[in-house]
Amino acid sequence: MAPAAPPPAVVLDAVTKRFGKGPQATIALDHVSAEIRPGEITGLVGPDGAGKTTLLRLIAGLLTPDDGKITVLGHDSANAVTAVQQDIGYMPQRFGLYEDLTVAENLRLYADMHGLDEAARQERFHTLLAFTALGPFVERLAGKLSGGMKQKLGLACALLPRPRLLLLDEPSAGVDPASRRELWRIVRTMAGEGVAVMWSTAYLDEAERCDSFLLFDNGRLLASGSPAEFSQRVENRTFLLAVPSGSKHSVQRRAAADPAVADAIIQGERIRLVLKAGAALPDGPALGGSGAPQPVRPRFEDAFVSLLQGRTPERAEARTARPPGEPSAAAPVDGAAIEARDLTRDFGAFRAVDDVTFTVSPGEVFGLLGPNGAGKSTTFRMLCGLLEPSSGSARVAGVDLGTARAAARERIGYMSQRFSLYGELSVRDNLDFFSGVYGLDRARRRQRIEWALESFELGPVARQTSGSLPLGFKQRLALSCALLHEPKVLFLDEPTSGVDPLMRREFWARIGALAERRVTVLVTSHFMDEAEYCDRLAIVYGGRMIALGSPDDLKRRFVSDALPDPTLEDAFVGLIEAQGTQVAS
Amino acid sequence: MKRMHLVGLLRKEFLQIVRDPSSIAIALVMPIVLLIVIGYGVSLDARGVTFGVVDESRSVASAGFFDAFATTPYFKPTDFTNTRDAEAALMRGDIQGFAVLRSDFSRNLEKPGHAVHVAVVVNGVDANNARIVTGYAQGAVAVWARGRQTDRAMTAAATVTLESRYWFNPEIRSTNFIVPGLIALIMTMIGALLTALVVAREWERGTMEAMMVSPASMAEIILGKLAAYFVLGMGSLAVSMGLAIFLFQVPFRGSVLALVGISAVFLVVALAMGLLISTVARNQFVAAQLAFLVTFMPALILSGLLFDIESTPVWVRVITFIFPARYYVSCLQTLFLAGTVHEILLPNVLILIAFAAVLLTAAIARTRRSLE
Repeated sequence: MAPAAPPPAVVLDAVTKRFGKGPQATIALDHVSAEIRPGEITGLVGPDGAGKTTLLRLIAGLLTPDDGKITVLGHDSANAVTAVQQDIGYMPQRFGLYEDLTVAENLRLYADMHGLDEAARQERFHTLLAFTALGPFVERLAGKLSGGMKQKLGLACALLPRPRLLLLDEPSAGVDPASRRELWRIVRTMAGEGVAVMWSTAYLDEAERCDSFLLFDNGRLLASGSPAEFSQRVENRTFLLAVPSGSKHSVQRRAAADPAVADAIIQGERIRLVLKAGAALPDGPALGGSGAPQPVRPRFEDAFVSLLQGRTPERAEARTARPPGEPSAAAPVDGAAIEARDLTRDFGAFRAVDDVTFTVSPGEVFGLLGPNGAGKSTTFRMLCGLLEPSSGSARVAGVDLGTARAAARERIGYMSQRFSLYGELSVRDNLDFFSGVYGLDRARRRQRIEWALESFELGPVARQTSGSLPLGFKQRLALSCALLHEPKVLFLDEPTSGVDPLMRREFWARIGALAERRVTVLVTSHFMDEAEYCDRLAIVYGGRMIALGSPDDLKRRFVSDALPDPTLEDAFVGLIEAQGTQVAS
Repeated sequence: MKRMHLVGLLRKEFLQIVRDPSSIAIALVMPIVLLIVIGYGVSLDARGVTFGVVDESRSVASAGFFDAFATTPYFKPTDFTNTRDAEAALMRGDIQGFAVLRSDFSRNLEKPGHAVHVAVVVNGVDANNARIVTGYAQGAVAVWARGRQTDRAMTAAATVTLESRYWFNPEIRSTNFIVPGLIALIMTMIGALLTALVVAREWERGTMEAMMVSPASMAEIILGKLAAYFVLGMGSLAVSMGLAIFLFQVPFRGSVLALVGISAVFLVVALAMGLLISTVARNQFVAAQLAFLVTFMPALILSGLLFDIESTPVWVRVITFIFPARYYVSCLQTLFLAGTVHEILLPNVLILIAFAAVLLTAAIARTRRSLE
């Protein structure tokens, strides 16, 4: 280490935090030791429930550790919280804004709390409003801002007192990629001025942009250091395999089962392979691919998955197990499985969805991609008959939702982000209830429940209350409930947000198998990762569909000398920018 | 305590109250609705009781008896010629009771020293109502008997008559008794329910966390909240008082200063209960349920507002002591109907102050730890 290195902003020394007492206690953080350096952005990475928020709250002085010691800006957090509170900027999840207050009023409140005098206040307001481009909106209520603007306002409030330590709890969740980039730019500038930044995120691609990271899983620190070094753990082991059209699901399955392969996922029209350490490159055509796998730069996620698999080999096995087979193949649908024509929906004077038209063929996995508030949920609800369109029509599995909603619903399976299970009921009771709701007769009900328990490996937990199950089991149960009546069309609302990458892979393997059996799948998401699994995407922004095409198509549109291999996010940002100039002209 | 912190927090609270119509609705519209619905709807008095008089004697005397019922506002008498018809009417629910005058009624009246019997039958399904109807019927008969005596200028031989006076509520209007109690209910609503809701909302939206991390202390954050809703609560006290005195014509005999002081103490108790509830319930739905269960229902049922505590079983009476509303209701009823009676007010106020101190300390301590 260089001798002139500044002292760390935060030192964690064997920090342990438990919630609850006795045998029921859950360990939120388990002997975590780390140092956070000033002038750097440190990413806190991990799935929901990994301990990221708990760690930020401990550092902010909202919680006290059960064991170990936390030193914040030179003070022991246990007895000197008030001494450093002046120097901490904290943005909780959902930004900590008062929605009934205007932008200016929110800023003024935080300035009062930090005791800024009039001169300092004017200077900070001026700087931060310019910095965040919120100047024109100072009189607007915070609740009426877009997700990206709320995020910037939350950040401005946290930055008011010129903190030396900035704690951001999932600042970019659900925000559109363009706003996300702007946020990064602002925070990067702050780090350049010597601020220590801690940024928690469930997006693995964000970890890559941090100077250093702490990777959590179930309260334990799995890895830390620089993201580049971490990715290098799988260097020369990452490849892309091109596949003949229409065979990506089967090739992916074959590759995942290959003993040399640690990870195989669908990425557009290709399969991304991560090899096990020391394994020889498998033959592309033997896996069903066209040509040999091409080497590709490793990503953070590749190293993460490879690390998780090394730790839990039994989960790797579950993932590669053959996904559930449908006992009776769904009857083929003539024509389009989903047809949205000129769909429009107004809420009062606000047009949430504006003239959206697309069709989805049977067996297609179709994604509705967009930030929170873009209109994707409204579109989604109109397509599954939960909401009536103001104008336009929706047909699902050949049935018009406007005239035969009940008939259409019989053909639809629906799984929401929150899983909509009855937490107090056992797994079997949930299955029984949902099969009743869908009107299955007694014999079929028994048969389908057995099918669900067996093919989703829920048999061993059939008697447990579903609320007490781990996230992965809940997700499987929710999916099996949605499939009990063998729907022809499956609607998934942000199905894998917040789950770890292994769980996401397992889930998508099942979805892939369904698609091969000609079940049509419609997914909404603000996760770019999820979008890569889709055959085609509709990008929704500001209530309008701004692009439609396969992930590879969309990316190809933005290939340039500066960006030879654009990501889906690059494409998204490019599309939004193009949209902006169109509106301007 | 820093002035800038408090001013900032107070400004925020008032802006939120002004912008959020539901706060205003609970604080100002709710009292009016509650007072009007319960004040008019729940009356424990009997007026216009449908009552039958079975007149078998068909005489001048029996007609006078009927008139005695017809001239009071409490009865709407119906004439029957035989008992069977009256019984059938009672069964149908057309009348709530009837009196029977036998065919020898007027004859017996003429016989000196002869006791005349009048049978009264009352529908006893609602025991409380039956008692009231019986009492009124007896009263009506007594008035009639007295009237006869004066009419006939009976000898001045001393006839002892009973003169009853009802103190504090001479007309025995139950409105006079219920409306003051309702003010306690309204103050509980504003203090506990509204506070629990708005604090739960701060947890839901993450703003509480953000405030706790700022240099403002927990005491300042809580004080800001209490002060804002205290003002709102006192505002709805004024509205309720206005309605009670001008709309319901409830007399107010105590001192306004005592009323404001005692209400202020009770409001702090209610606010502290609201804060305590919000430390347990982190979302608005649970907060509302808890507030109803722990504060609103006891204030309605166990405070002496509707039902006299003294006439409940001992174990129920013991339970009522743990609910602050009973002490406040007792103060309010005293202030409205009796006046500033220090012997009653003082012990109640001291108990309320003790409640305020304990609950407020608990609320501050728990809010600080409630992220755990």
